[in-house]
Amino acid sequence: MKKTGNYSAKTREIVKKHGGEKSALIAVLQDIQEAFNYLPKQALKTAASAMNLPLSRVYEVATFYTAFSLKPRGEHVVKICMGTACHVRGASSIQDKFERTLGIKPGETSADGKFSLETVNCVGACALGPVVVINTEYHGQVTMAKVDKIVGKINKEGAQS
Amino acid sequence: MKKISNPQALRQLQETLKKDFDPNKKLVTICAGTGCRGYGCIKVKEELETEIKKQGLDVEVRATGCFGFCEKGPLVVIHPEKIFYQQVKEKDVADIVSKTVASGEVLEKLLYRDPDTQQTVLKEEEVPFYKKQLRLVFGQNGMIDPTRIEDYLIIGGYSALAKTLSEFTPEGVISEVKKAGLRGRGGGGFAAGVKWEGSRRAHGEPKYVIANGDEGDPGAYMDRSLMEGNPHSILEGMIIGAYAIGASEGYIYVRNEYPLAVLHLTMAIAAAKEAGLLGKNILGTDFSFDIHINKGGGAFVCGESSALFASIEGRAGEPRAKYIHAVEKGLWDKPTVLNNVETWANVPLIITRGADWYASIGTEGSKGTKIFSLVGKINNTGLIEVPMGMTLREIIYDMGGGIPNGRKFKAVQTGGPSGGCIPESLLDLPVDFDKLYEVGSMMGSGGMIVMDDKSCMVDVAKYFLAFLQEESCGKCVPCREGVRRMREILEDICAGKGKEGDVELLEHLSTGVADGSLCALGGSAPNPVLSTIKYFRQEYDAHIREHRCPAGVCKALITYSIDPEKCTGCTLCSRVCPVQAITGEKKQAHTINNDLCTRCGACIESCKFDAILVK
Repeated sequence: MKKTGNYSAKTREIVKKHGGEKSALIAVLQDIQEAFNYLPKQALKTAASAMNLPLSRVYEVATFYTAFSLKPRGEHVVKICMGTACHVRGASSIQDKFERTLGIKPGETSADGKFSLETVNCVGACALGPVVVINTEYHGQVTMAKVDKIVGKINKEGAQS
Repeated sequence: MKKISNPQALRQLQETLKKDFDPNKKLVTICAGTGCRGYGCIKVKEELETEIKKQGLDVEVRATGCFGFCEKGPLVVIHPEKIFYQQVKEKDVADIVSKTVASGEVLEKLLYRDPDTQQTVLKEEEVPFYKKQLRLVFGQNGMIDPTRIEDYLIIGGYSALAKTLSEFTPEGVISEVKKAGLRGRGGGGFAAGVKWEGSRRAHGEPKYVIANGDEGDPGAYMDRSLMEGNPHSILEGMIIGAYAIGASEGYIYVRNEYPLAVLHLTMAIAAAKEAGLLGKNILGTDFSFDIHINKGGGAFVCGESSALFASIEGRAGEPRAKYIHAVEKGLWDKPTVLNNVETWANVPLIITRGADWYASIGTEGSKGTKIFSLVGKINNTGLIEVPMGMTLREIIYDMGGGIPNGRKFKAVQTGGPSGGCIPESLLDLPVDFDKLYEVGSMMGSGGMIVMDDKSCMVDVAKYFLAFLQEESCGKCVPCREGVRRMREILEDICAGKGKEGDVELLEHLSTGVADGSLCALGGSAPNPVLSTIKYFRQEYDAHIREHRCPAGVCKALITYSIDPEKCTGCTLCSRVCPVQAITGEKKQAHTINNDLCTRCGACIESCKFDAILVK
């Protein structure tokens, strides 16, 4: 789902929804990211001027919080849980396996724009560990063999649609 | 819902709702916490509804909050008999409806089976996981639909607020909370009543109350389960707290990764406002109070009070020096009380049942119950609520069911990245705020991560330091640089490049990091390292002196080989090996070329004969 529409208009609308309050900056950025799947440069500039904030402040907040991405993310965002419970159950081998299978490291997006790989601190579904969340779907007790199946299934669905 | 005009009207409404609620009516509850959703409980719920309709029955299917026994989800309970079904799949639904719901017949295969005795257990409260629990705060989760305020009112919800407004002065509430001995559930364990009193006395308007739902400790998810499963209990606690300190505005700061919690809290706030339990002139009195929700941006440091304030103010979450306490100058420099969501959820209990009752539970210095998340290498993963003072052994073995696959217990990590690892010799430690602190760990928000003999303690210390380095906001140099340096040393040790004196250097750096950091993140960052050195020094020495990882975790220090006795030559491992390091003829024992092997573990996972050896 790629949206390349007019970043500025949508951003102004979002700022207006939050009443233009400076304290709503984080909420504004969250909404921008929800709309575009990342924080486009133009949107940050528009938000800064509409909220009467220096761009440096907006940039500071946008880079401080890990939820924000300044780069476009892939169609499917793969989040590997790195919580302690998942760690002791072998999350790092699952991460290695995803890196090998997708050919990307955490924070990167595959060349075809299909997958982004991210790590997340804990999703609080420890009974399912190791857990991987793809978009909003939880995959529990993930094994290396399962990784191939999960990725294969997504690729197949993509090919059909 | 119509606005409730006074405390008396609330009581009447509860009575009316209770009359319509027949406790003997058939009801099917299904756990819809995030864990069970991961197992696919929503499909089971839909299937239950379809099947019940198909069979022409008049039975409600209620999706509730988390029941706690996440290991065995999806969980379903049939009321009023309270028949407890676990690991329910869609294909089981037809039988559940036609047999159990329609005619009370119990399906043995869905009951919990004791792994030792093989006996099945009929009711939830008889399952060993639940037996020793005291679920005062968390227990209602399994009964109510968190999206309906009526469900909360039926179980007596908002009675504590009505009692507060009709019987207590603000000072009276504070003295009750102080007398109860309620301590903050978020980590520090500071006395809640003392905080409230400080803020009540402080000058400045408006005053704020905040619920900290930025549950950042990896392996802890009790706050999320409360926010998702019983959001009104948190609101009620906050409203009572606001009345006590004279606050007019409140915030709930929820972690970014918890969308369901945000949804349920938003619905709860809207419903409470509509009912006149929140907003202007609460229950017809001149007390007004409103609550907003703030979503975090995914920064662990925002669990720290002053960083959390900065985040609500729309800035980067950097802590500040606390020469002046938050109770005097907190959010927007106004008097602020910040408590964890679990702390707030305890408040209605204290008001309803009294400080003396509350103080009778727990240990001398830690009153009431605590919810723990029991996770890691444990048979029964889940959330448990127990009185303070229960021993680690009871928690891990009686409720947790011990370690899977008959392996040996090695340590339990408590307190998140600020806590420490507790060894087997301390299993009889009664768990409370002070006892955990004494052994070099802490309560934290209540995460308990159990580790077995396949967990490497140096690797665990490295894991936490890597976490903390990522999450350090970078303001204080000792934390930013010190934690990084400690991580590098630990990485060297795990890579077989450790030197004599590294452990001492880690200890030395720990002092600097702890003393030189403004907030608790840096202040307690060395704990995972110090506690593992204290209790597992021999593992550090094995890495450094013998270039050996006793647990078989650190990749640079281990080699894989194949046991020719066990290998059947099925070729599975050679097919999954990503680097073609395994060779051998069909039906002949295979061998691993260690020059090629990356120790990824794919062969171990695939081998059905346990033939891959790690040394």
